[in-house]
This record gives sequence, structure tokens and C-alpha cells, in this order.
Amino acid sequence: MTKRRVVVTGMGMISPLGNSVAETWQNVLAGKSGIALIDRFDVSEFTTRIGGAIKNFDVADYMAAKEAKRFDPFIHYGVAAAEQALSDSGLEVTESNAQRIGTAIGSGIGGIGLIESSRTIIDKSGPRKLSPFTVPGAIINMVAGVLAIKHNLQGPSIAIATACTTGTHNIGMAARMIAYGDADAMLVGGAEMATTPVGLGGFAAARAMSTRNDDPQAASRPWDKQRDGFVLGDGAGMLVLEEYEFAKRRGAEIHAELLGFGMSCDAFHMTSPPEDGRGAQAAMQNALNDAGLNAEKIDYINAHGTSTVAGDVAESKAIEQLLGSAAAKVAVSSTKSMVGHLLGAAGAVEAIFSILALRDQVAPPTINLDEPDDACTLNYVPNTAQQRNLAYVLSNSFGFGGTNGSLLFGQLQN
Amino acid sequence: MSSIEERVKKIVAEQLGVKEEDVSESASFVEDLGADSLDTVELVMALEEEFETEIPDEEAEKITTVRLAIDYIKENLQ
Repeated sequence: MTKRRVVVTGMGMISPLGNSVAETWQNVLAGKSGIALIDRFDVSEFTTRIGGAIKNFDVADYMAAKEAKRFDPFIHYGVAAAEQALSDSGLEVTESNAQRIGTAIGSGIGGIGLIESSRTIIDKSGPRKLSPFTVPGAIINMVAGVLAIKHNLQGPSIAIATACTTGTHNIGMAARMIAYGDADAMLVGGAEMATTPVGLGGFAAARAMSTRNDDPQAASRPWDKQRDGFVLGDGAGMLVLEEYEFAKRRGAEIHAELLGFGMSCDAFHMTSPPEDGRGAQAAMQNALNDAGLNAEKIDYINAHGTSTVAGDVAESKAIEQLLGSAAAKVAVSSTKSMVGHLLGAAGAVEAIFSILALRDQVAPPTINLDEPDDACTLNYVPNTAQQRNLAYVLSNSFGFGGTNGSLLFGQLQN
Repeated sequence: MSSIEERVKKIVAEQLGVKEEDVSESASFVEDLGADSLDTVELVMALEEEFETEIPDEEAEKITTVRLAIDYIKENLQ
């Protein structure tokens, strides 16, 4: 069986650097940081007090106020980004195609804020005061559920939850569904709003986050000698994937082709990668195998690059091992240096950055990279975007639990 | 102070996302105002909050129209 080709026709985004793809991308290319002190709740007792919050966002632009108040903000962000992606794609759902269009949208943690506030209601007023929307408003697959109901998307509806690899896995597995014939189009991505007391405190307790509270914009600094952990970001990234002929028939504008998807597991430690990055390397190799492409063809890698001490070195080594002598010419950058780590949305947001890099022939920068770690020797596109000829790009995501995923995009070729 | 009728209608309109002028006393939450089963649970909770009372589940199930809500509040408030 020949694989059906999968293309990207729609993109949408809510990020700490803007509430649209265009605004965020402009700020990313300019090397801006979306990180600041957290002001949603009192953070004075927390060791990490910084994050990438969503600003100037009005959920009423995307759903009725009556509906919005039932949902955790991760669902607001997810629905907003998805509406943008659908609109960008121009895809019209009709009675005849509705069963062929599905959803694959996840979240790393889901409605943790709503769960926390619900527990407070029980303690204060008793369980009878819980809203009937407590569970549906918080569960991970409800972004997909809400969008399917609103747009009559009757195809497969899944929500893969694999920590920080969530967005990448949902995109990749949805592409497989299209390739296999389960669907002709899929609305895919990830959404996250984990900057809550338990989310922030929990990651801090795992010693995973930067404590550079006195200089928030410089806190996320992948591969830099002074890096000390990741910074949480909120938001969502969504894409519309379509089978190539299906997209072509309706005259859709095609942003890129999804050529390969690879997965692996470190099978090593709950939160740390093995030093040699072998799991990361396997995921990238599997994406190359899926695309039938040699490693030296890769021009740009949007790295997982979270700014943790161990993770950045492991990924860098994995890329060196994968590319061999070709590692010297590849551009590798971490857009997390600017938007922070969007956990379950990261893979989707970064897939979009990778596609835009292809479109504009530019590698976005890694900001705050003043002095690279001695063990990190690649071109990390330090501080300033680089105009480059890009034909094939990879987007990496690695998550707690050792779960890895890599997506390979290329410009559409007929 | 608004009348009980006005307060009930205001809450129904807010909870169900409809215009207050569309909330007639004879209106059924499900058939006329588009509520589903979860909406009606939430609506009863909002009425409990507004009138500082507790409506037992077996009574709440019987409150299916604006009129029945007003009647229940009137009968059960001192």
C-alpha cells in the first residue's frame, strides 16, 4: 500500500508572544521574549516566579461567555488557536465530508487550574457546590470534543497525552490516520495552561525550572553555560492536516508537506534523558526513515531545547550523532528561548515555527545564547535569525516518561 | 429590591445565555430556552446561590419551567 501524502493547510496560535501566528512569528524573528513575572496568583513563596503568560486575550472572540466560563483556560486557548487554523485553511465542513474530518488535540496536563479551584469549593462549601461542568470542563480531550461539536467533525477524535511530546504526537498520529485512510482532514495540535499553583510548584519541586526570577527575559537560555532550567509558557498551537489530493481538489493553499514522523522512548528515567541522547536520535532517525530521506538533507532543526542542563546537551549530541559530518552545516534553534515551554502545546507551536521557517527561508534565533556550553558545538542560531536555504526541517519534542517524537516537514513538491 | 420573578428571570437569562425578554414565565428550560441536562443542574445551583437556599435533587428535577422555579422559591423562602 502506498502511503497517502499529508499536507498542512491551516495554522493557528495563541502564545506568550502573540494571539495569532503572524504576530508571534514576527516577534520570534525579532528575538523577543514573552517571559515575565507571573501575576495571576501570589507567587511570593515559589522558587520559580516567572512564566510566559497569554496577554490581551479575550475568549469572547471565540466562544460565548456562557460556554467559556465552564472551561479551564487551556480549552479557551485551544479552541481559539483551532478556530484560527480552520479559518486559515478555508476548509468547509459539509454533510458529505463531515465523517472524513477528525480531531487529534491533546494537552500535557489539561485543566489543572479548574481541578485546583474545584477542590477549594469542596473544602469551603461542600461537594454539592461543584459545577456540573467540573469534569467536562477540565478533561484533556474536551478541546477536541468542543471543536467537533461546533464544526460537526465526525471523523476520529483522539487526544494523545504524552507530556511535552503531546503536540508532536497528535500531529504525527493524525497524519498516520490520514495516510492510512481513516480521515481526509484532521484538526490537530495541543493546548496548555499549567501556570497554576500546583503546576508551577510541582515543576519547581522536580527542580526542572529556572529560578532566574530577577531577569525573566533572560531565564530561558538553551545551550548557554548559565542555563538553569526551563520556563513555563501558556498557549496553544493548532494545524489543519489534509490528504494531498483532497486539499488540491478544493484548491487549498498548502503551507508544507508533512513528510515524516518518528517516535521512540528513552526507557531510562522519568524526567531525565540518557547522556548520549539515544532516544532523541532514534526519534529523528525514525522520522527520516518514514520520509525516505538521508540525514544530511536536513537544513534546520527546531530543537526541543528546553534550557535544562542535561536535556540540551543530550539533544545536541543526538543531532551530532545523527548527522555526522553534516552536523556542521545544519541550523538548530530553540524557540523556547522566547515563548518558554508550552508543554503539551510545544510540539504544535514549534511545528508551526518550523513550517514558517521553510516558508520564509529563515531559521529563527535562540535568544540569550551568550556563551555556549563546552559540550554544545552546533550552530544554534544565537540571538539573531539567519536567512538560509531550507528544504527539509525537523521539529523535536521529548517528554517526561522518556517519550520522544520528531516531525519532518518539506516544501510541497509535485 | 427586584421581585422574585425578576431575579429568577435574570438568572435564567444569564445561565442559559438568552435574552431576558425571551424568558417568559411559561418557558420550559429545555424545550423553549435550549438548555441541556447539565445546563439545568447549573441553573438550579445559581438559583440556590441567589436565594441562599438549598434545593434538594428530587425537588430540583421538577423545576422545568420559569414558572415552576418562581413558585418553588416563593413557597420555600420564609
